Amino acid sequence: MLSKRIIPCLDVRDGRLTKGVKFLGNADIGDPVEMAARYYDAGADELVFYDITASAEGRGIMLEVVRRVADQVFIPFAVGGGLASVSDMYKALAAGADKVSVNSAAVKNPDLIAEGARQFGSQCIVLGMDVRRTAVSGRIPSGYEVVINGGRTPAGLDALVWAGQGQTLGAGEICLNSIDADGTQNGYELTLTGLVGAAVSIPVIASGGAGRPEHIGQVLSQAQADAALIASMTHYGYYTIAQIKEYLAHQGLPVRGQW
Amino acid sequence: MIAIVDYEAGNLTSVWRAFTALGVPAVITGKGEEILAADRVVFPGQGHAGAGMASLSRLGLDEVLRTVFRRGIPLLGICLGAQIVLDHSEESDTACLGLLAGKALRFPENHSDAQGRRLKVPHMGWNDLKIRQVHPVLEGIPDWAQFYFVHSYYPEPEQERHTVAQSSFGFAFASVLAYENLVATQFHPEKSGRPGLRLLANFASWSGK
Repeated sequence: MLSKRIIPCLDVRDGRLTKGVKFLGNADIGDPVEMAARYYDAGADELVFYDITASAEGRGIMLEVVRRVADQVFIPFAVGGGLASVSDMYKALAAGADKVSVNSAAVKNPDLIAEGARQFGSQCIVLGMDVRRTAVSGRIPSGYEVVINGGRTPAGLDALVWAGQGQTLGAGEICLNSIDADGTQNGYELTLTGLVGAAVSIPVIASGGAGRPEHIGQVLSQAQADAALIASMTHYGYYTIAQIKEYLAHQGLPVRGQW
Repeated sequence: MIAIVDYEAGNLTSVWRAFTALGVPAVITGKGEEILAADRVVFPGQGHAGAGMASLSRLGLDEVLRTVFRRGIPLLGICLGAQIVLDHSEESDTACLGLLAGKALRFPENHSDAQGRRLKVPHMGWNDLKIRQVHPVLEGIPDWAQFYFVHSYYPEPEQERHTVAQSSFGFAFASVLAYENLVATQFHPEKSGRPGLRLLANFASWSGK
């Protein structure tokens, strides 16, 4: 039986690990390669790296991080953040990433998804979506709007419509981040996750708001997410992956309980 | 030396990295003579069966792989490689290598489990194995082990005796196949943590018998 995936997300800037709370006030908490190896040992099912570096120099450092992770971590991992072209995707995949995640760049240029899927296969292409609750309108019928540029700019795009388009263009998976829930540790946005999950037939990774194992249980069962992204709750040692999986297994959810 | 067959179908470095971490010498190559001179051959692949077969024939590697198989060189197919060794794939109605009798079929459009819950295709993530037959490549793999899958088509060997292990996604399908010196996994052992590395280490010492 297919297991639900628990995916720690590592934000990286200039080759160092950070964790943003509502994208502000990042605190440096260490070496991403070391953290990745620790998560591999601890039973993470997959990893995501978001490169929040702005400079070209930082990007080069990130590729080196990807190479070093790929040498010692034998579970799938995705790289996202600032990938704006097929050539950027190629560099990350060639360095050893299994998947690339595109977000703002795909909103600005949807063809990036199609091009990436054609060249590398849909299984490599994750559509990252940052979404914020807004007033229901003709343009945003679901009341959930896609935002870009790290959550700062409303894209004028309905989240459900964009998810469907992303799938049609060739995305193999959607990583759905709620800006409202992100950093709160009060639980995932269950309504949004359920709506997007029902709108597409590709797997959905829920992101934003995880604070306790119960939150993960809710988003995987009630909102039927296929995977849950986590950060602070394990980065800072409040919980281990094993504790989370033990809780989920106890709730009757299929997990990879030993590794 | 293990030859990892490069036929321009996806990223092969992760298989190479896994062997390297195990201390097993491996080389990524698309050269026929290098592949035929190897002790063992790994045939990975991701993406599209039609495109994969087209690349193989354009590079002349279809015949090389048939020769590898005929000569008894241990051969490991991974993911798309586990489908291309069959006779045929439903994906673009593609004639494949025909090393093992069977075909690759697509998971149904509206796939669901026994409880009627919708199953999303591709089958992406970790799943377990029901081992049907003893095989040297699965030696020491614990019952609880899970492996990483990502695929929309699944292998269906013609003969039951070629199914070494099954996995369940709505129904049971063959996730490890074997016939003579060929073994093939629908999952990615190179991305399946320690159980996957164990499988690769087993392959690296398998005689093919």
